[in-house]
Amino acid sequence: MRFERRDHPSRVLTVLAPVGAIVAALLVSGLLIALAGANPIRAYGLILKGAFGSRLGLSEMLTRATPLILTGLAAAVAFRARLWNIGGEGQFYLGALGVTAFGMIPAVAAMPAGVVIPLSMAAGAVAGMILLLVPLGLRLKFGVDEVVTTLLLNFVAVLFVSLMIDGVMKDPLAFGWPQSVPVPDSAVLPKLMDRTRLHVGLLIAAAMAVVVWWLQSRTVFGIRARAAGLNPRAAAFAGVPLGTTLIAVACLSGGLAGLAGAIEVMGVKGYVTTDLSPNYGYSGIVIAMLANLNPIGVIGAALFSAIMFVGADSMSRALSIPSYIADVTVALSLLTMLVALFLAQYRIRR
Amino acid sequence: MTRVLDLSNITKRFGHVTANEDVSLHLEKGEIVALLGENGAGKTTLMSILFGHYTADEGEVRVNGTPLPPGKSRAAIRAGVGMVHQHFALAPNLTVLENVMTGTESLWSLRSNRSAGRAKLVALSEKFGLKVDPDARVSDLSVGECQRVEILKALYNDARILILDEPTAVLTAQEAESLFATLRQMTADGLSLIFISHKLHEVMSASDRVVVLRRGSVVAERATGETSKEELAELMVGRKVERPKRPPATPGKVLLEGLDLTLSGKGGASLHGVSFRLRAGETLGIIGVSGNGQTTLAGLVSGLYPPDAGTLLIDGRAVTTHDVPHAIAAGIGRIPEDRNAEGTIGDMTTWENTVLERIWSPEFSSRGMVRRAAARAATDQIIDRYDVRGASADGRIRLLSGGNMQKLILGRVLEAGPDILVAAQPSRGLDEGAIAGVHERLLEARGRGAGVLLISEDLDEVIGLSDRIRAIVNGRLSPAIPADRANAQLLGLMMAGDWSAAAEIEAETQMPEHKKAETEDAL
Repeated sequence: MRFERRDHPSRVLTVLAPVGAIVAALLVSGLLIALAGANPIRAYGLILKGAFGSRLGLSEMLTRATPLILTGLAAAVAFRARLWNIGGEGQFYLGALGVTAFGMIPAVAAMPAGVVIPLSMAAGAVAGMILLLVPLGLRLKFGVDEVVTTLLLNFVAVLFVSLMIDGVMKDPLAFGWPQSVPVPDSAVLPKLMDRTRLHVGLLIAAAMAVVVWWLQSRTVFGIRARAAGLNPRAAAFAGVPLGTTLIAVACLSGGLAGLAGAIEVMGVKGYVTTDLSPNYGYSGIVIAMLANLNPIGVIGAALFSAIMFVGADSMSRALSIPSYIADVTVALSLLTMLVALFLAQYRIRR
Repeated sequence: MTRVLDLSNITKRFGHVTANEDVSLHLEKGEIVALLGENGAGKTTLMSILFGHYTADEGEVRVNGTPLPPGKSRAAIRAGVGMVHQHFALAPNLTVLENVMTGTESLWSLRSNRSAGRAKLVALSEKFGLKVDPDARVSDLSVGECQRVEILKALYNDARILILDEPTAVLTAQEAESLFATLRQMTADGLSLIFISHKLHEVMSASDRVVVLRRGSVVAERATGETSKEELAELMVGRKVERPKRPPATPGKVLLEGLDLTLSGKGGASLHGVSFRLRAGETLGIIGVSGNGQTTLAGLVSGLYPPDAGTLLIDGRAVTTHDVPHAIAAGIGRIPEDRNAEGTIGDMTTWENTVLERIWSPEFSSRGMVRRAAARAATDQIIDRYDVRGASADGRIRLLSGGNMQKLILGRVLEAGPDILVAAQPSRGLDEGAIAGVHERLLEARGRGAGVLLISEDLDEVIGLSDRIRAIVNGRLSPAIPADRANAQLLGLMMAGDWSAAAEIEAETQMPEHKKAETEDAL
């Protein structure tokens, strides 16, 4: 048995790949649910009901999807240019810290929300960028593998956040809990639905997906970034400035992950803790792969993950199946997606 | 003579495409057969059937009279057939000995018998004059040495029949010579060889018998002594091909001038004080053994790197910023040395590949946005005018054959109307028909007044196209001789670094040019 690269990977197969991958992942995790003594069909029904069955469930699901869209985009733009940014988690935290630090500037309190909100988001994005520019600089200058550096910087970033929220940024009114001072009221994002946590961050995230799609498919920067990723030597021959292009990609990727952290603080939590992110940064990698690095597809993949996470919570209450099944399903869907993408690109010959 | 290999009536179809139709081929003991055909004629498919990678739809393979079971890749190796692939199948992180021994020992044996393996390898290496250090890491070897390892690997597996797939594709002329000497020695020892090629001169010099394949069928079989290059070319292509002739031309003003250019090599040989002049309407050919600075020179003129020292003058003006966009804007058209690694990005579309190097021009983008319609239209026009077969603007360029890819590259370069054309190895790896097409385009560019800097290792090509010829040796350029004074001996001396004869010829023919230069200066 051999694998042969398809000359014309069909569009249908490419679109069907994530669908097939998700079905396969659901089948396998269905087996696990059955092993735990529950009816998988009923469990999946409850997951759907948990995510869509009520106003609260729906709003929670969409709230959950918001940072996932942004971290998914962060991974997707970087991977397109073969910049292996595994540091979304750290960039998310620095973005969250950045927005809080910005709110602590005394002058900010006097500004109106219309100014504070965009500036706060920018502060978060810049913080995320900086964290990615460091490993990129190491790669460009010394050839250090960014997979290792971005991954390890995640731990550095979380520990740095911990240092700050137990130190200079600690909230004196939090009864000794390690949490940062809250962002000013003028930086809090307006809600999309009353009496829920859903906020306008969702619209911002969706708009970013469209912006990224436009950048990648319509601009000179998009073509150059892809060229630099696919074949750096040929790109250099064609006059693509490799260093500058990668720096721009890193700013976009790190900025999106930082923005995710900023928006999570401004829209949901109001302050920073070290458990702000249930692995949003890492989930972003899965989501980007599941979307086949397509920015619009990222929205769908983020929704899928959010449905699983939020739905599994309510399912586990009803069936006493651990909600970790959602992690298993999402992780499995990454593996099945890799297989599905491979099969869409290659055919099997005997 | 005894027949050692017999492929009879092989037919292989892939869907609607017939790759091999009723092909019969035999090999006698101690014989060298050349399997000649253009790219896509079905040579590699035929050998893949012999090795069990494909199963033939009809026909059978016999080794020493015994039929080989179809579709079993180990069967051919066990029967004593060895293959040396065009693209080496070696593990770069292992030593030569480890590479050679891989796959020869059972996975279940707990230790490998290295001393016996080494003794066998050294014995083979001495017997056939294939010198190589068993403990060298493969990643440290040159391509010529890698090929020796591949051959030794086959011999180590006790191959008595050896198939070589385009063995000289990656070798320099000297390495190829010594390879053919080795092959001769092997046949004297009773081995039988098939080598696959589309290069006529090596078929003529190295084989006993030639089998010509065209569109999947055997169209002719000749004893090498009774045929000629011309006949073989015609048989292979199916029509008479002639490389176009260079019409006389009068060179105009100096378009490109290098003064004492020095550049430390980027992964290749460095340039040390290179000076040259390229005039409008002339072709300056640069010959040389590969690795003497050709890549660095091409990269320098192409704008990939500015010189470390020295001056580059374009149209008489010293260049201050020398990078790719400036070079292109200054009218330099660039045909890269390696189509696949440097000239194109396989997984991008044809239109993206066409416009990438000029995407900054207002023709293809405005305010950072790509003008996709214009880019596609320009691509369609090139596909049409340059007869790029099998291409569509939105198809991935990876799917094009080498010849068609080169046509597209020529198109994107020439449609911009460059004054200076740098062509590095423009016909490397192409078949006869495609080479003639490339040459025609290069002559056309010269005809309309462009200066062409042709850097090539193919002497026939350089002699056929150039007005003047220089050799590059160790990063230095020899004196220039007019092409009509070139002969094999003189060029050989030039490439070897003996430039006294060339200097005399230059002095004698360049007199007028010096005078001209002086008068230009005076004006």
